[in-house]
Parts: sequence; structure tokens; C-alpha cells
Amino acid sequence: MFGDYSVGDLGAIFAMQAFAGLILFSVFVLMALGLAIIFGQMGVINMAHGEFMILGAYVTWMTKTVFQEYLPSLFAGYFFLAMALAFVAAGALGMLVEWTLIRHLYRRPLDTLLATWGLSLILQQAYRSIFGAREVGVELPEWMMGSKHITDTIEVQINGLFVMALTTLITCAVAYIIYWSRWGRQVRAVVQNRVMAGAVGINTEKVDRYTFGLGCGIAGVAGSAFTMIGSTSPTAGQLYIVDTFLVVVFGGAASLVGTIASAFTISQARSTLEFFLSGSMAQVLTLLAIVGILMLRPQGLFTLKVRK
Amino acid sequence: MSHRNGDNSGRRGSGWLTPSRRNILAGIAALPAMSLIPRTSFAEAPATSVVNTTGLAVTDTEVTVGILHSVTGTMAISETGSVEAEKLAIAQINEQGGVLGRKIKFIQEDGASDWPTFAEKAKKLLVNDKCASVMGCWTSASRKAVLPVFEQYNGMLYYPTFYEGLEQSKNVIYTGQEATQQIIAGLDWVTKEKGAKTFYLLGSDYIWPRTSNKIARKHIENHLKTKVVGEEYFPLGSTQFNSVINKIKLTKPDVIYAIIVGGSNVAFYKQLKAAGIDLSKQTLLTISVTEDEIDGIGGENIAGAYACMKYFQSLDNPNNKAFVAAFKKMWGEKTVIGDVTQAAYLGPWLWKLTAEKAGSFDIDKIAAASPGVEFKGAPEGYVRIHENHHLWSKTRVGRARPDGQYDLIYETKDLVEPDPFPKGYQ
Repeated sequence: MFGDYSVGDLGAIFAMQAFAGLILFSVFVLMALGLAIIFGQMGVINMAHGEFMILGAYVTWMTKTVFQEYLPSLFAGYFFLAMALAFVAAGALGMLVEWTLIRHLYRRPLDTLLATWGLSLILQQAYRSIFGAREVGVELPEWMMGSKHITDTIEVQINGLFVMALTTLITCAVAYIIYWSRWGRQVRAVVQNRVMAGAVGINTEKVDRYTFGLGCGIAGVAGSAFTMIGSTSPTAGQLYIVDTFLVVVFGGAASLVGTIASAFTISQARSTLEFFLSGSMAQVLTLLAIVGILMLRPQGLFTLKVRK
Repeated sequence: MSHRNGDNSGRRGSGWLTPSRRNILAGIAALPAMSLIPRTSFAEAPATSVVNTTGLAVTDTEVTVGILHSVTGTMAISETGSVEAEKLAIAQINEQGGVLGRKIKFIQEDGASDWPTFAEKAKKLLVNDKCASVMGCWTSASRKAVLPVFEQYNGMLYYPTFYEGLEQSKNVIYTGQEATQQIIAGLDWVTKEKGAKTFYLLGSDYIWPRTSNKIARKHIENHLKTKVVGEEYFPLGSTQFNSVINKIKLTKPDVIYAIIVGGSNVAFYKQLKAAGIDLSKQTLLTISVTEDEIDGIGGENIAGAYACMKYFQSLDNPNNKAFVAAFKKMWGEKTVIGDVTQAAYLGPWLWKLTAEKAGSFDIDKIAAASPGVEFKGAPEGYVRIHENHHLWSKTRVGRARPDGQYDLIYETKDLVEPDPFPKGYQ
């Protein structure tokens, strides 16, 4: 397929393709972070993760509408406020869910699977009743659309850059919170030995609630950012959930590094394969490879050594 | 099997039920008046025993029909418009006195985006509720699920979506376009007007885009003698298109021919725009983006793209203006009307006209009387039912505006004949 192209053309395409892979990588990390925190630290499989993302997307849409209506002069900056609100809304809902639903099920991990799946259906129908079944359009301020023109063939997508920067920022923040902050130490202590952590005076219930809230909040920010590249509808969360689980499971639960490494592997494999094969075939091959690797390493790429 | 059945009844129908010239003239004369003077002629309503010999839910004052769409689940996003259009049509028909002197009462069931549920609800509407007709379904999968039910219990389905063809049944009237109607005229137009020589075919990975692209490829290669430089499918719900956009940049096709649906659509057009592909310079022709979808995509992301279908909300004719005004009055100023919504609106009207032509609600008589039924009040303009139970209709090309509407660029001079089993395209 490369016979007819000049070296310059090919170079440009490879650069673009590498950039596409990086964007996909950032998207995957952003999607998976929230789930990885909840799954890794609490062992809860949050099937409603996608719906928390869509809550973020709807918050963004509402913020947009308010700005368009009342503060058109500040429209250029609404997205930042929208992301903050998305974090707060999704985080608050997450804590509420933890308090009413999840905390009763900690000893029954399979039931949390079922309960959060039920929650995802309830949330979907709630969005449908509140916002309508149709997709809503989230308009971006002018500066966030289009691309930076570098050469005739190389274009750098602004929303791609934005997602990459956001992912880096959030990943660093999460790493700081988990590995360096006092609260992060408490979270890790609870993960390693819940009873002991309780015995030394850590309020494990409170840690659980905030962890769940943090994971959901990050999902909300991810959902808010994805209004730039995807759709906002009651069921759009379902579009992300499979990839998200893939990244988390492949990376090995309970490991931030694992999540990042797995997101990188999957995104590069997928975007390279998509270039040479068709979209469907690329997904099939990626999935097969992941299944193969997981058969050899059921615990995923990276794992924490925890005394059981 | 279903195909054979449909064929036979169609041929029989066309023989002895050709509308007489007087009927046509009367129809033309009545049409302008139709929307002005409600025809409340209850006194003339024919006796129930005459119009209903098979035990349908018809009383002296009422006739029951079913509405069967998804109002929950993933398809609700698309099917909401159809439900709204059908309810509007039923309300308007009732205002004018109903069908054969009887008001239409509807029973709505939710297919819940789940195909077995569609089949179950179809059976309920036919067996328990004895609906005289059913307006419903959207995806081909749901239609395929209910088709055996409609054939077994002898019901009548009015199906609104443009679809891949390769089907025909005595028990279904297809009010949307089948694939060749939608595809061929558009490809001819883009070749003639834009001098297109190379095409890149894209689609979501399921039956409709695949069948449609197959027809497109055959037409491009065998009839237009031009070239397909790429063909790609993405799983439904796919949200990442950067790789294929790079491939498009590399192959520089004259036309991107896109049949992507659902949430993927939004992702595709947003990423296309972000990647710097300017649709005012790069020709993109789609058959899957109606005004409904643009609402989600955002007009600014798709402005400049061409769409090929049979109806646009912006069509400038008196029927359409009245329809759009009535629709907005009933469902809100902000709602938009896409191709399928309009096709769904045709369903109740065509059924009413057919029942009046047949002088009966009996399914067999409706099926036999359908070929040749004309609806001059259609928002898209005059339509007529073909012997194969699809509609003769015009094909149009529109260009997307930033405000989410289409400008009409081209329409076929004549009605395009529906051909669900196109020879040389399979």
C-alpha cells in the first residue's frame, strides 16, 4: 500500500499515526483511572463507571447551556468550570452510592457487580427521563476546535493535545494523592490489611467512601473531556465500559503503573493495527492477544504483592 | 418465502385494484381542502360487520392500532422521533374524522431496544389487542424479529426506516427508502457534479452499512467505472477514528462515503474536524446522518457534508411547511425532523388511505389494496406504494449547514422506483 507515496508523505503519516496512538493512550488512561482506583483499592467492580462518565458529560452540557444563555462573553473558558463541576457532581453521586449501596456489599464482591450493573440501568433511564432520549450537542469554544497546522500533511489536533495534558495532570495528581499524601497512606493501609488499619485508628468506612468518590469524580472529568471526541446520550457510557475494563484487567488490578502500561500497550496495538487492517479486524486481533496474555498471566501485567 | 408471498399478493393487487381515474381526480380535488375542513362524517361510517370480518379491534366508533418502538434502551435516541411523528399523524387523522368514520385509538408498546422484546410485544399487539395495523420498528434487527410474528398472525406493519432492502412481505409496508433508491442517485450525482473518481467507503459493522456499501461498490465499479480506494468497518459504538482518518489523508479520495451510525457518528465527525479535514473542500457523502443526528454531532462539526436521502426538514413545499409547523407545535419548538421521522409520519396516513380504498380494515384487503395507493399530502411530496410494498419517492441530496439543517442541492426529476432485490448488485 505504500508504493505510490513519497518518503515525506510516509514520514508525515507515521508522525500523525504516532500522535493518534498517543491520543488513544491518553483517552484510555483517563477512562480507566477512576475504575482502577475503585477496583484496585476497594475490590469493587463498578459496572456503572460509564454512567458516571456520562453524568460528567451532561454536567458539561448544562454548563455550556448556562454560559451560552447568560454569560456568552466567558464562553471561551466554560470548559474548565464544567470539568470541575463534573468532578464534584460525579464524586458526590459516587459517595452517595457508596453510602446507600456499596458499603452493604463489601463482603459480597459478586453482588457489587450485580448491584452496580443495576445502578447503571437506573442511571441510564434517569438520564433519559431528565435529558431526553436524543443526543445532546456540546459545543466547544472556538479555540478548542480544529488543529494546529504544522506542515501540509501534519496536523496536530487541539482536542487531542487537551486530552493529553489533562490526562497527565490527573495521573500526576492521583499518583501524588495515593503515594505521597497522608490520606493516600491510609488508603493503602486499608487495602493491605483492613482489620489492622482499623485497629490503628483509621476510619476505614470514611476511607472507602472518599476512595469511591474520587474514582467516580475522575470518571466525571473523563466524561466531561470526552464530549470533545464522542457523543453525549443516556447510553453513551456503554461505549467506553468494555475498553475501560480491558485496560484495568490487563494492567493488573491495584496498580497505577499497570493501568498506564496496559493502556499504552492496548492503544498502540489498536491504532497500529487499525492503520494496516480494518477497524473491526484490529479490535478482534487486540482482544485475542489480550485473552492470550491473560491466559498466561491471569493476574495482569503488574500486580501488588499483598499478604492474603 | 416471505418474498414470494409478497410478490404474489402484489401482482394480484395491481390487477384489479388500479385506482379509477375518477378516484384520482377526486383525490386531487380533495387534497387542498383536506387540511382545512375536518371531515366529520360519522353518519356515513360503514357498518362494523362490513369493514371488519376478521375480528380486529374495530368498534362502531373506534379502531385500534399499535405503536411499537423503543422508548427505552439504546435505540430510544433514534426511535423517539418516529413515535412523535406517528402520534402527530394519528391526531391529525382523528381531527379530520378518522378512518372509515372511526377514530384511531393507539396502544403503545416499548420494544426496549431488545429484539426478542419486539417480537413479544408484536405478538401482544396482534393477538391480545387485535390491532388493525402497527406502526413500528426502526432497526433491521427488530424488523426481522417481528416479521415472522406479523406473517403468522397476519398483521400489518408500517416500517419507517431507510434500510438495506432484500426483503418484501405481504404484511409490511416499507415507508422509508430501500438501499438502491438512496444510494445510486447520490453516487450518480456526486460523479456528475463533483467529477468524483475515487471513493473511500466507511461504515459501522452490521448489515445495513455492509449491504449498502456493497451496492455502492458495485455501482461505482461496474456502472460509473471509477474506483474504490478503501472500504472499512468499525464496531458499533466505536469512538476512535484517528487511524482511519490518517488513512483517508494518505489515499486522498475524491469522496468519503460514510455510513456510520449512532454514537460513533458523533465521534467520527468531531475527530474529522479536529484532524483538519475541511468538509468545504473534501467531499463527504453520507446516507446515515439526518437532522436528528446532527443535533448530537453539532452543526459546526459537519457543516459542508452532503447527505443523500429522501427528506430534509428544510424542503420548501406547502405540505412540508404545514407538517413542520404542526410537529413543532405538538413536540416543541426545538425538535428537529429527520428523514425517518417523516417516513414514520407517512405510515398512519398510508394506512388510512389504503383502508378507505379497500373499504375495509381486513389485513388481506389492506395488503391487496396497498399497491397504487397515493399520498399527495406527504411532506416529502407525492408518494405512491409500489407492488413490492415499498414507496416510489424522490431521492435528494442536501448539504449540511452550521445550524444543523440541510440545504437542498439536488433532487431526482422523477420518483425513483423501489427495487429491494436489485439485479447485479448482490
